[in-house]
Amino acid sequence: MSADTPVEVLNCLGQRCPLPVIALAKRLPAVPVGAVVRVLADDPAAAVDIPAWCRMRAQEYVGAIAVDGSPAFDVRRLA
Amino acid sequence: MYFDAATATPLHPAAREALLGALDDGWADPGKLYTQARRARLLLDAARDTFAQVLGVRPDEVTFAGSGSTAAHAAVLGGLAGRRRAGAALVRSAIEHSAVLHAGERHVRAGGTETAVPVDRLGRVDLDAWAQAVSAPGVALAALISASHEVGTVQPVAAAAAACREAGVPLYVDAAQSLGRLSVPDGWSLLTGSARKWGGPPGVGLLVVRKGTRWVSPYPADDRESGRFPGAPDLPAIIAAAASLHAVHETAAQEGERQSELVDRVRTTVAATVPDVEIVGDPVDRLPHVVTFSCLYVDGEALLTALDRRGFAVSSGSACTSSTLQPSHVLAAMGVLTHGNIRLSLHRDSTAEQVDRFLAELPGIVAALRAEVGM
Repeated sequence: MSADTPVEVLNCLGQRCPLPVIALAKRLPAVPVGAVVRVLADDPAAAVDIPAWCRMRAQEYVGAIAVDGSPAFDVRRLA
Repeated sequence: MYFDAATATPLHPAAREALLGALDDGWADPGKLYTQARRARLLLDAARDTFAQVLGVRPDEVTFAGSGSTAAHAAVLGGLAGRRRAGAALVRSAIEHSAVLHAGERHVRAGGTETAVPVDRLGRVDLDAWAQAVSAPGVALAALISASHEVGTVQPVAAAAAACREAGVPLYVDAAQSLGRLSVPDGWSLLTGSARKWGGPPGVGLLVVRKGTRWVSPYPADDRESGRFPGAPDLPAIIAAAASLHAVHETAAQEGERQSELVDRVRTTVAATVPDVEIVGDPVDRLPHVVTFSCLYVDGEALLTALDRRGFAVSSGSACTSSTLQPSHVLAAMGVLTHGNIRLSLHRDSTAEQVDRFLAELPGIVAALRAEVGM
């Protein structure tokens, strides 16, 4: 398992802003430092707000990918 | 408490007075050849002279359009049409007003191309990317907003104009938020504005086409407004818009200073009293009346509704507040948080007491909305 393999996937498909960011903020502190959480979110704001949240909360935004055709965003817990 | 002047400002008393007078004197068609028409023509000419004087341009360069948005459409589409032989590429910043974006979309649908030049985190256009984009082959027109209508950041118009001049590309400046508040640097070929932003009535747009600019009307032929904008102009509204522009121009420096201090107070206080908030836009080189911030974990529509219930009228760039459910393209281009977004924009009737009341109530409103979602 590579360091970038998510330890947890949050399915926020169909949820509108800011719910995917709230789900991420609630869940990230529960994973070990260095672990990656993946957020599946098709709300158009998520692509901007998840990287912005990472910057504001000093977490690492790993990047965006497509999972089964849905947008997904990987975030690593830094602290 | 009305804090949405960047959308529409309450009618200035000078505009109201002029409008009431013009309803009696300015109803006739200024293009006809009888006494009533000649009186209307005199009033229209006087209004045009006022605009020319405030803007430092020639009266025959000033055209009245049906709104700021239609003026922007005319500037973009007419500027592209006039330079068809030079090419079919439009260069614009990523943070233009939606009217410019929509005109650009039409241009692309018709076979043209478009380049969106990125902005930095503060919302200022990347000048190196701009210079590169305008000097590419086939650029017909470049469009840059004078200052961001969403976050207030003033754009480097003089430097952008210099790059355009070097490349031989005409520059269109959307000055809707600056007119009557800040001076716009020279060097542009086309400029537009909207009277309701400076205390004039809605339904008056301004299109300035500098002498020597290649511009072709995108509309079917019409001889009004020197063939630049079709339909009978709304003369009473234009007269009121001119009266208001003249009045706000006179007091722009002191009003700007007053409002800018209130904006500073909002920026400082919100950052200190609301946790997890991002104040966006340039803190210094900005419009005097606009302040924008985003609150983590807060639904923008819920925030607008809660503020409205307490009597505060503000605007939001959050996706949930837009009809398309898309987040603001300006906030997205800056890479800043788009949810929980609020824009306050002040005007001559905005008082320190109103702003303080907003600042006193905001932390509790945000905290209550966060508590509802367990944050």
